[in-house]
This record gives sequence, C-alpha cells and structure tokens, in this order.
Amino acid sequence: MADLVSHPDEVRIVSSRFGKGATDLDRYLELDGYKAVKKALQMKSDDIINEVKASNLRGRGGAGFPTGMKWGFVPKESAKPKYILVNGDESEPGTCKDRLILEHDPHAVIEGVVIAGLAVGAKVGFVYIRGEYRYLVDIMRKAIADAYAKGFLGKNIFGSGQDFDVRWHTGAGAYEVGEESALMESLEGKRGIPRIRPPFPAVVGLWGGPTVINNVETLAAVPHILLMGGQKFADLGPPKNGGTRLFCLSGHINKPGVYELPLGYPLKKMIYEVGGGIPNGRKLKAVVPGGSSTFVLTAEEADQMNMDFDSFGKRGEFLGSGGVVMLDDQTCMVKFVLRIMKFYQHESCGWCIPCREGTDWLKKTLTRFHNGGGLKKDIDNIKYLSQNMLGRTFCPLGDAAAIPTMSIVDKWRSEFEAHLDGRPCPFEPAGKVSELPVLA
Amino acid sequence: MAPISDKLDSFFTEKMKEYPTKRSFLVPMLLYTQDELGYLTEEAIAHLAKKTELTELEVRNVISYYSLLHTKPLGKYHVQVCTNISCMLRGGEELLDHCKQRLGIGHKQVTKDGVFSLEEVECIGACSWAPAMQVNYDFHENLTAEMTDKVLEQYKSKARQ
Repeated sequence: MADLVSHPDEVRIVSSRFGKGATDLDRYLELDGYKAVKKALQMKSDDIINEVKASNLRGRGGAGFPTGMKWGFVPKESAKPKYILVNGDESEPGTCKDRLILEHDPHAVIEGVVIAGLAVGAKVGFVYIRGEYRYLVDIMRKAIADAYAKGFLGKNIFGSGQDFDVRWHTGAGAYEVGEESALMESLEGKRGIPRIRPPFPAVVGLWGGPTVINNVETLAAVPHILLMGGQKFADLGPPKNGGTRLFCLSGHINKPGVYELPLGYPLKKMIYEVGGGIPNGRKLKAVVPGGSSTFVLTAEEADQMNMDFDSFGKRGEFLGSGGVVMLDDQTCMVKFVLRIMKFYQHESCGWCIPCREGTDWLKKTLTRFHNGGGLKKDIDNIKYLSQNMLGRTFCPLGDAAAIPTMSIVDKWRSEFEAHLDGRPCPFEPAGKVSELPVLA
Repeated sequence: MAPISDKLDSFFTEKMKEYPTKRSFLVPMLLYTQDELGYLTEEAIAHLAKKTELTELEVRNVISYYSLLHTKPLGKYHVQVCTNISCMLRGGEELLDHCKQRLGIGHKQVTKDGVFSLEEVECIGACSWAPAMQVNYDFHENLTAEMTDKVLEQYKSKARQ
C-alpha cells in the first residue's frame, strides 16, 4: 500500500523481496524462502547464536542491543516454556519501516522467529502487531496459516522431528507497549505497564518463562544472515555495527521514503543525495536522527554524523529507530518540542510519577511558552524538569521525553528567548510550520 | 442472546486455547468486538469478563489503557488524522483543521447523522507518506486538501448505500 522508493546506494537485504509478491508463499519459496530455516534445522543451537553474533546484528527497534548476545542470555534449561516475541508495535514517531516488512515480506519474519526459537530452545513464538496495522495483521494471519498448511509450522516442521508454533496477536493503540516489558503485559491481556528489571525477559518473561523479544526488522534480517553468513553481513557495516538498516526519511525532504542503506552511511549524503535535499529552496535546521526519542542534531552536526550505533554512542547519544526526520529553517523549535511533549504526555502510562507528572508539566509549560506567556526562568525549568525525569522511571518513556527536550533547549535557546515578553512566534503567523501541501 | 456473533465468539474460544492463561487474548478480543459492535457495550464487556474469568472492572481497566478502544459509539467512519512530528511538518495540523471544517465537528466528536467521527491521533506509522490519516483501518497518505475531500466524499456516499 505504501509507496516504495529506491536509490543506487541502497543495499537490499531485508528489503530484497519488497514489491516482489513475497506474501504469496509459493513466490516466497522461489525467492529463497524457508531455506534459512532448513539450514538452521541442521545446525546446533550454539552455532546459530554464533552466526548471529558474527553478523554484529544489533536491535533494530532502537536500543541497538547485540542480538546474538541477547539470545545467549536465555538459560539452556528452563522449567517454564521459553518464548520468542516479535515486537511489531511500531509507533516511534518518524518510524514506518516494520510496516513495509510486514506488508511485503511476512514470511521472513516467521522464518526469523523459528530460527530464534531453534537457537534458544523455544517452541512457540508470538508476532505482536499494533492495532492500527490491521491490514498487516491480516497479511500475517494468512502467512502463518499458509506456513502451517505446508508443514513449515506446527508438528514436525520440515520433517525434522521438531515442533514450532507461531501465533499472531494485536494491540489496540499504545506507544508504551513498544517497550519490551509493557509488550509482555499487553500480550498477557493487561494494561501495558512496564515491569521492573532485573529479572530481564531473557530469564523471566512471558508467563514467567524465558523470552526473547526482538524487533520485526531484527528478525527479518536473521534468515538472510544464516544464508549469506554472519561475517558477510557484518562486513556491510562498520566494525560492531553489522549490516544494513531501513532508514525512514520524512519531514522536510524532497524524496521521503524508506531506504535500506549500510550502517555507517553518512547522514549528509542520506539527506542531500538519497533524500534529494530540502524542499522549497530552504536550508536544513535540524535532524531527528532516529525517532522522536533521540537527541536532535543541528544541521552542522548532521553534516558530520555517520549513521551507526557507535558514532552516536561515543557522543552519549542514540542512533535510535531509523526514523530520520528533517526540519527546515522555517520550523519553530519551540513548537516542535511542544508537539513531541504532547505525544509523550498522551502516551505516558502514568505508572511512574516522574514521567506522568514531568510530561504533563512540560506540556503545560511549553504550551504557555509557545503562546507568548513564557518567562525567562521557564527555559531553565524546562531543562531542569527533563533532567529530573532521566533514569527515574521503570521504562525509557520518561527518558524518551526528556532527551529531545534537553537537546532542543541547549541548541536552540535563542528561539526560546525570541518567544519571550509576549512576542509572537517568529515562525508564525498562521502557525504554519510548512507550506508543503496546500490545503484549501 | 450473546452480545457478539457466534462466529466471533467461537473464533475467540479457539484463539484463547493458544495461550496459557484465559485473559491473554483479551486485548485483541476487545478490538475485534468493537469492530463488530461499533463500540464496547456494557453487555459486551460483561460477556468478555465472563469468558476470560475476570471482573468487569478488570476488563474496563484494560479498555481504558488502549487508545483504539471506546465505550461510546463512534461514527460509522472514524477519521483519525495524525499530527505527530512527521505529519505536522508536512501539513498535518492544517489537514486536521480542514477535516474539522468539512465535517463540522471537533476532536473526538461525532457528526449528527452518525456517519463520521474525528480524532487527532498520534503517529500511525505513515511518516514517509505524510500527511496521513486513517479512516477506520484504511490508510490515506500523501494527502492534500483536494484528496482529503475526495476521500471523505467517497465514505459519505458509501454510507448512503
């Protein structure tokens, strides 16, 4: 449904079957489908984990945790059943890549689940897809049913003597549920309130059993890694940052879309060559590098950055979810951070006081500020409130609200000051952040 | 008489067997029930509570957490306009205003004839195809004012049939 784009610099691994009709199982088989599972069935579980470790695959949901290491944390022996849980609750603002994977290549995700199961000794996997993505739930339901009909799932898969079940599940609207412990709560039929860790899900997860939770894109990469070899996948990116990644370009950019590029790809090239630059002859002001929870970059910083986990990590920042949002020089950063805060205030589950109260205070303060009622002391207060949310909550939603806010106050303080003394927003009248599609 | 169709009820019964606890499939059950009934009625909540061996309060507790679940009727076509960052930068707020004007209703309101309801929503995963909205579960993307009018007109004539 969503339009596909392409660029010569793309390295198509996870997106290699996009637009090729791979939702049809026979077509998928023609495109090397289920070869990776067959291969995994011949391998020892440790060898599967080692292959994934060699690939340097890191979590594509946003945290960037090494996938092979995560799988390695699952205890070999467990009295309770072990589970694989696919996180398809994609809702980080700016991120729309899992949607394409589920739409074009659902069997790759199923393969990834089975391989993860073989690696850690689980017999059941759940694919959790956000409620808004109903058409993708339907695609996944059909894919799972087709795989059962062929004997690829269920009892004695591929005649191997091993059993494996994959179940589909859907949410009903909640950003918070994209956090792994809240996701488990939701799958257990509850409010998505995060759990305290430790214990980590790899030890105590769904219904108390050891659980591996991976993002859709992470698991979709796994079959390719088994077929091409971990080392070859790793070599596509810089050291410790294996492979490629789906980057979702959005905002003020000439060619928005989802592009698969090697990790470490220069952000400047991504914006001006792949994305075709900034529309309307304007200049770039800021870049959200990986979804609304990441530190916001100035145009000068964006020029220097490479898009891999460690380039951000060494600055104490995050590469994030792959959602790259460009902001042009006519964007009001106060309004922008207000919209971000409105989102986190709406999505805070209310369990942890710093997040529940902090996001609400910040939203109120920023609203007043943007409307011309700002006081000089508010600027420091906004930063102080954000800092005090950091690290003080069960899940990272509080951090996610604080991080972009702190970086915007630090880097665009003059824009806050320009709103003082009842002066109108310098980027309005009409509150227009963009002149793109002209609405009557 | 059960508040939901036998077909849906037996689908739930089958699906519940895939999980180790009775309540596990609750969130999808609430959503699919809402799809059938238009909203989560008192009777439906009581029915699902019984089925999952929970109290009605526990079920209501779950309902109140999820933004797609409603205990009051929505319009036949629920227009959900995204104004989160990627959509906002490409005119999402103007799109919402446009829908408010065209439909004559505000955020979380229903038109008098019950055909449309409107909601400003958070990110729907259409960032690279912004601005975007969902009408019920259907995505409408890269929208302009003209396209939006066409989309709304199509739903309106569908409602007349």
